[in-house]
Amino acid sequence: MQQLNGSQILCESLLREGVDTIFGMPGGAVIPLYNVLLDYPFKHVLCRHEQGAAHMADGYARATGKVGVCIGTSGPGATNMVTGIATAMMDSVPMVVITGQVPTYMIGKDAFQETDTTGITMPITKHNYLVMDVKDLARVVREAFHIARTGRPGPVLIDLPKDVTTNETTFEYPSKLSLPGFKPKTQGHIRQIRQAARLIDEARKPLVMAGHGIILSEAYDELREFAEKIQIPVITTLLGISAFPETHPLYLGWPGMHGMYYCNMAISHADLIVAVGMRMDDRVTGRLNAFAPHAQIVHIDIDPAELGKNVRTAVPIVGDAKHVLKLLTQEVRDNRHDGWWEQLNQWRVEHPSLALPDRPEKMSSPWIVRQLYHATKGNAVLVTDVGQAQMWAAQHYFFSKPNTHITSGGLGPMGYALPASIGVQYGRPNDEVWCVTGDGGFQMTLEELAVIREENLPIKIALFNNSYLGMVRQWQQLFFNERYSAVKMWNPNYVKLGEAYEIPTVRCTQLDEVAPALEWARQIDGPAMIEFMVDPYENVFPMVPPGASLQETIEGVEDVAPQTAKIAAAAGGSSGGV
Amino acid sequence: MKHTLVALVENQPGVLMRVANLFARRGFNIESFTVGHTETTKLSRMTVVVDGAQTQVEQVIKQLYKLIDVLKVSDVTEDRTIDRELALIKVTASNSASRAEVVQFVNIFRGKIVDVAPDSLIVEVTGTEEKVDSLLDVLRPFGIKEMVRTGTVAMTRGGSVSARLAEDRLEAAG
Ligand SMILES: Cc1ncc(C[n+]2csc(CCOP(=O)(O)OP(=O)(O)O)c2C)c(N)n1
Ligand SMILES: [Mg+2]
Repeated sequence: MQQLNGSQILCESLLREGVDTIFGMPGGAVIPLYNVLLDYPFKHVLCRHEQGAAHMADGYARATGKVGVCIGTSGPGATNMVTGIATAMMDSVPMVVITGQVPTYMIGKDAFQETDTTGITMPITKHNYLVMDVKDLARVVREAFHIARTGRPGPVLIDLPKDVTTNETTFEYPSKLSLPGFKPKTQGHIRQIRQAARLIDEARKPLVMAGHGIILSEAYDELREFAEKIQIPVITTLLGISAFPETHPLYLGWPGMHGMYYCNMAISHADLIVAVGMRMDDRVTGRLNAFAPHAQIVHIDIDPAELGKNVRTAVPIVGDAKHVLKLLTQEVRDNRHDGWWEQLNQWRVEHPSLALPDRPEKMSSPWIVRQLYHATKGNAVLVTDVGQAQMWAAQHYFFSKPNTHITSGGLGPMGYALPASIGVQYGRPNDEVWCVTGDGGFQMTLEELAVIREENLPIKIALFNNSYLGMVRQWQQLFFNERYSAVKMWNPNYVKLGEAYEIPTVRCTQLDEVAPALEWARQIDGPAMIEFMVDPYENVFPMVPPGASLQETIEGVEDVAPQTAKIAAAAGGSSGGV
Repeated sequence: MKHTLVALVENQPGVLMRVANLFARRGFNIESFTVGHTETTKLSRMTVVVDGAQTQVEQVIKQLYKLIDVLKVSDVTEDRTIDRELALIKVTASNSASRAEVVQFVNIFRGKIVDVAPDSLIVEVTGTEEKVDSLLDVLRPFGIKEMVRTGTVAMTRGGSVSARLAEDRLEAAG
């Protein structure tokens, strides 16, 4: 039988897993691997920083549902990817991360560019491997892909010592897997489903809270059919945005810290919540002990550990959203909830959280997002960064097509959007991809502009320049007496920066320039960037102050009571970070 | 409340670290942690004693199941179990009177003297945590120079964790 070296075995295995695109950067420990890559038909995208490669693989995976693949060298290559791996872990994104390692005989000797990569990434991967023998490699790759995409998806890391990539053995891709400790349950238990159906039938103020799990299991139709059968209002979480058409009459909006007022009220008054494919994150629940005080909760998730983790559940159902929703739809009776809808509509009229003036006085960020929505007719894919611009994009763009809102919800690393949008564009070459970012986050990974130029990717960048770390400034304004600490930023000349990267860039300083600039960017066959000089003191509302409950949603600066400010300033940990 | 958890894990490199990390990350204080071989090669068995509320412990068990190398986790706290730990205790005993007294106590606890030095004895004792504690209490006045305890290992009476694992596998196979 033919002998292959470890690098060839890896490539052969990747081919068999259907990999077509790889994001990465070479270095000493992976030179043999890169040498072999030349002989394989993969599209390799050279990142300019390995955090970028990890976010690219993440964006690619979110956009396609396939496993994203990235490569970095040992030591700094691996450590640079840590943020990207943690991002994928928090948001259940299927990824296989390949890192070089010093040769097996040098491990533990503090060799040049040696780091304990499996040790560092243990808590931020679904699983990881250090391959010490080339004979194990094919099996490990097979297992890694299976683990990454099966059950609740997540990143799996394979650490490859250099000698393992050059040692030879016979190659046979294992047809069978032996993972006795990994058997995710996908079929919901019918008794639990029936019990849930009875609660749903009896509920008078029911509500769906749909999360990222709908997108991951592609349960779009199942969710819609379920909702339509019983005329139940649908709320999505931030990561669930675009799991349900926002233009659908049953769609209410999204809840939580910057969610719509009426969504937070709906949760607070509901008597039954069907939570599906979501994990009751603290940004969604607000103060836990006041979350959904009147509701019984049916919680459906493929990860049993999410059921009952943060919120008590009446009926926990372990299973795949698609499967469970289909059965649940069969089990529930046709229904209407006219009285409940009346109440919801009243809140919507009295508290129109997304209302915007036709023409604001200043360069208003939410208004610009709305112009982007009109210009693209809701058909673009928005990849958003972290901060105020992220929240405005999620609020004021109405996503009607499945899986068109891509953002980092769990980890929230500034700098996510630009590289992620590269991965998204590779995954969906025919879609119009917009990278929506603040000026702070943009500076964290703007080196990847080189990739956009080099590959001539038609990504459009909407850069919201407020010269502030705006979200932090907002917290300091509202809860720290306007004591602005380390939030004002000097900015480079972004038009010149765009020029330096040979990316057509315009600056937009007035309302009248917005629509033409958007049209200009859309017409360009290739990348383009618009720098919006926006009002630096605009705030994101509604807002649930940290430490407050959803009932205490505020709608403007004037709603901040001194007491709220005090609690918010002190609220630490999970609900306190920006 | 104290819980005794028994986990069957695949004998993979790093599995100890994965399990220990998980307890630390989820905010548990581990009182004792023992690992050893089982009747099946490739499988190790961990006995972990932790302090925590019931819901917390249930959560940590679910999190443990998410580790690929973990096959089975049981909270055996409420089960009928045999719990044992072993301790080696070096007791000061520099005159014959105190030696005789120490030997007497050790006999009552069915321990053994496993080493004799001019001014000390090493006592070996096996039993439940409470039994070891009690022996320590009576030996303390003599002066304890050194002591090491293994931490508890536990086994359910009758049916076995491994048997339950086999049943689960059959069930999973349909
Ligand atoms: C890597 C990283 N560092 C710090 C933060 C904390 N943080 C969250 S939002 C934010 C401000 C973001 O500023 P910018 O990108 O300009 O967006 P804006 O809020 O102004 O729209 C900061 C510093 C973070 N989320 N990620
Ligand atoms: Mg900013």
